[in-house]
Amino acid sequence: MMRALATLMGLTLFAPAAMAANDQVTDFTLDNGMDVVVIEDHRAPVAVHMVWYRAGAADEPPGDSGVAHYLEHLMFKGTDTLDPGEFSATVARHGGNDNAFTSQDYTGYYQRIAADRLDMMMRMEADRMMNLRLAGTDIVTERNVIIEERNQRVENDPGALFREQKRAAQYLNHPYGIPIIGWRAEIETLGREQVLDFYRTFYAPNNAILVVAGDVTPDEVRTMAEKHYGALPANTDLSPRSRPQEPPQRAERRLVMRDARVGTPYVSRSYLAPERDSGAQQKAAALTLLAKILGGGQTSVLAEKLQFDASVAIHTAAYYSGRSLDETTFNMVVVPAEGVSLQQAEEALDTALAEFMREGVDARELERIKLQARAGQIYERDDVQRLARRYGGALTQGLTVEDVQAWPGIIQSVTADDIMAAARDVLDKRRAVTGWLDKEEVTQ
Amino acid sequence: MIRQTAGPFFAVLIAALTLAAPGARAAVDIQKVETPGGLTAWLVENHDIPFTALEIRFRGGAALDSPEKAGATNLMSALIEEGSGDMDARALARARDSLAASFSYDTSSDAVRVSARFLTENRDAAIDLLRQSLVDPQFDPEAIERVRAQVMSQLRSAANDPRRMARKAFNAEVFGDHPYAIPTNGTLETVPDLSRQDIVKAHAGALARDRVHIGAVGDISADRLAALLDDLLGDLPENGAPLPPKATPEFDGDTQVIEYQTPQSVAVFGQKGVTLDDPDFFAAYILNHILGGGSFESRLMQELREKRGLTYGISTYLADRDQATLWMGSVASSNETMAQAADMIREEWARISRDSVTQQELEDAKTYLTGAYPLRFDGNSPIANIIVGMQMQGLPIDYVETRNDRVRAVTREDVNRVARERLDPDALSFVIVGQPAGIGAASN
Repeated sequence: MMRALATLMGLTLFAPAAMAANDQVTDFTLDNGMDVVVIEDHRAPVAVHMVWYRAGAADEPPGDSGVAHYLEHLMFKGTDTLDPGEFSATVARHGGNDNAFTSQDYTGYYQRIAADRLDMMMRMEADRMMNLRLAGTDIVTERNVIIEERNQRVENDPGALFREQKRAAQYLNHPYGIPIIGWRAEIETLGREQVLDFYRTFYAPNNAILVVAGDVTPDEVRTMAEKHYGALPANTDLSPRSRPQEPPQRAERRLVMRDARVGTPYVSRSYLAPERDSGAQQKAAALTLLAKILGGGQTSVLAEKLQFDASVAIHTAAYYSGRSLDETTFNMVVVPAEGVSLQQAEEALDTALAEFMREGVDARELERIKLQARAGQIYERDDVQRLARRYGGALTQGLTVEDVQAWPGIIQSVTADDIMAAARDVLDKRRAVTGWLDKEEVTQ
Repeated sequence: MIRQTAGPFFAVLIAALTLAAPGARAAVDIQKVETPGGLTAWLVENHDIPFTALEIRFRGGAALDSPEKAGATNLMSALIEEGSGDMDARALARARDSLAASFSYDTSSDAVRVSARFLTENRDAAIDLLRQSLVDPQFDPEAIERVRAQVMSQLRSAANDPRRMARKAFNAEVFGDHPYAIPTNGTLETVPDLSRQDIVKAHAGALARDRVHIGAVGDISADRLAALLDDLLGDLPENGAPLPPKATPEFDGDTQVIEYQTPQSVAVFGQKGVTLDDPDFFAAYILNHILGGGSFESRLMQELREKRGLTYGISTYLADRDQATLWMGSVASSNETMAQAADMIREEWARISRDSVTQQELEDAKTYLTGAYPLRFDGNSPIANIIVGMQMQGLPIDYVETRNDRVRAVTREDVNRVARERLDPDALSFVIVGQPAGIGAASN
C-alpha cells in the first residue's frame, strides 16, 4: 500500500526544475579567447572563482609524468609581484580559502571568498597565468612534498598501487595509462625547465576557462574579467589537443597483485568505453544508466544477484563517468564474501552479467533511476560549487555549455534498448582488464 | 588533503569555507520550533529550492556500547535501511528511490546521526517511510549477517590501514577503560558475537526522545515541521540508555611505534584539549589556527611542508567530544624523515608556548576565522548540519551572531597565556605506524 502510494506520488514530479537550474547559467567569451561561465546563486554573499586550463597529465611530454601536477603546486610559489606563499596568505587574510587540482584533462585553481573580493582574486589569478617566477630551492622542496603526497596517496595504499597497475594495462597507447601524479622515478627527474615549458605552452587565456559561481551577476563578472583577463595576450602557437589514441584492443588482460597490506581482497574489471562528445552524448548517457542498473546500489543487478540471491559478495559496484576528453572506462568491483575465492567471485560476476544480457533492463528500475536524475536537478541547486566544477570540467573535456544543459534531457530519453545495445558493445572482454588484489600469503 | 589531484583522487575540502573580514555576518534566521509532542527543533526556512534537509542527532552513539558489545550501535544503525515493517531491504530502497528522497544513518562515538533530504511535493510520503525505518526496523536475521560481513570487512581493512591503525592505538592508549578507547564499529572479536537481541537493545537504547536534537533547513514552515516531527519521532521511546561517564584521557608524552611495513609512517599525536564552554576556548582556537589549524600559513605547515618538504600536509585541531576534550594532530612522512618531523612538531609546540605569537599572526588568524565563518552557511544541507551541531554542543540559538565577536575579543595576552598554560610539549603523546628510522619500537 505504502509502496503504491510512493510510486504514484513520485511519478508526478517536476518539469520546471530543470529549466530553473539552466537559468542560473550565463556564458560568453572574451576577445582573447578565454571562455567565461557565470552561475548565479544569491542565497549567501559568497563566490567561487575558478580558472581551468585545458591541460592535464595526459598532455605531458613523454618521460615527464607528473609535470602538470608539479606545476600546479608551483603556481603558489610567487610571481614578479607576489612572494612565495603570498597568494594563499592573501586569500586567507581576506577570509577566503584557495586550492587547486589536476586531472588527466585539466588543471584548475580556485578561491572561495566573499563575493566583494572577486576583483582581487581575478587580479592575482591573471597575474600568475603569465608571470610565474620559480626559485631553485622552492622547486626542490616542493618536489619532496609531491613525493610525500605520492607516498600518502599511492605507495602507502595497496589499492591505489593496484589501480595504477590496472590503468597502465588498460591503455595500450594513450597517456591515460600514466598516473596523474606521475611515476616516482620520473617525478624525481623533473626540474625547472620541464615545468616552465609546460607552463609556457598551456597557460594562456585562450586555453583557459573562467568559472564564477555564487552571489555575482554576469555583468559585473564580465566587467572584471575584461579588465584582468582580457588584457592578457593569447598564445597564438597553441596547437589543437591531440593525444596518442588507443589502437583496436584485441586481447583480454588479466593481472594479479599481492600485497601483505591488503585487508580485503577484491576483483575489479574495467572495459574501455566511449566518453561524452559534443553533440553526441547518447551512448555515454546509456552507459551512465547501465552503471546504475548494474551496480548503483541495493536494488542493482549485481547486488541482487551476488549479495541477495546468493551470498557470494559483501560489496558490488559498477561505475562509469563519461566526463573525459578521450576514451574512458566502465568499471565493476566485487568484494567476495568470507570463504569465497577471487576465482569464484569473478565467475559469479561473469555469470551475473551473462544473465543480465539475457534478462534485460527492469523497466520500473529504469524509471526510478530516471526519476532520481530529475530530482537530482533540484538537489544540485543547493551546491553551486559542484555546478561550477561540472561546467569547468565539461569545457576542458570537449563539451560545450549547451552539451551540459542538454545532458539531463538526454538521460531521460535513453531507452532500455539503448542501454542493452551499449552493454553489448562495451562489455567485451577483449577490451577489458580484470584484476585481482589479494593478500600476499594467500595462493589461489 | 591539499593541492590535490582530481580524477581518481577526490578533493577533500577541509571544513571551514570563507568570507571577508570586517562586518561580515552569517545571514541565517534560526527559529526555535517546539512541537505539541514536546520536541524541540531549530529551523531555517528557505523556500528557494523545493526540498528540505533534515539532520537528526541522538546523543550517545557508539559510546553507549559496553566493551563486550562494542559495535552494536553501529551495526544497528547500518541495519536501519535494511528493512522495516513489511518491506525488506530492497523494497525499502525502491520505495525511497521512487520518492527521490535520500536517507542516511551512521554512528559516531557520540551520536547516531540521521540525515534526510526530501522533496516538498512528496514530503509526507518520505517522512512516513523514514518514520517506519526508525521506529519499526526489521533487523531481519539474513540482513544482520549480510551487514555484519560488511562491517567485518571494514574492520579487516582498518587493521591494515596505517592511519586507522594509528588512530585506534592512540585512543586505546589515552582512554584506557572508557568506551572512547574502542573503535565505533567494534572489533574483530566483538562483532561476530553480536546477537539480534543486542541490536534490538542498542536500538531502544540509542534512538530515544530524551536525547534527540534536530536541525531542519529548506522549504518548510515551522508549523509543518512541528507536525512532521511529531509524526516522525512520536513513537520512539521517551528514555534511552544512560550516557557514558566523563573520560579522563591520559597523556604520558611517550612515542609508541607500531611496526608496519609501509614506505611512509603515519603519526597521530595529542594532548589535553580545551572545552567549548571554557572561557579560554576562543583563545585556544586562535592559537590552534596559528600553530597547525590546517591552512598553508600555520607554523607547522610552514616549517614541515613549505620549508622542508617533510610532508604533504599536517594539521592540528581541538576535538571537543561529549565526554572528553583533546588537542589532536596528524602527519605522514617517509620512514626516513618521520623522526625529524616528530621532532619539529615537539619543537614548534614548545616554541609557541614559550615565545608567544606575534600581533600579525593574531590579526591574520582573526581575519581568516571571522571571514571564513559566514561562508559555511552556503546551502540547506550544510546549514542543517551546523544548527544541529550547535545544539549538540549546547550553544545558544543566537551564537551565530555573536561568534565572530567572541573571536575578535581575544587579545594577544589571552593567546599567549593559553599557550603557556595549556600547551604541554612534555605531555604531547605520539603513536606512529610504520618503520620510522631512528625511533625505537618502544621508545620514550
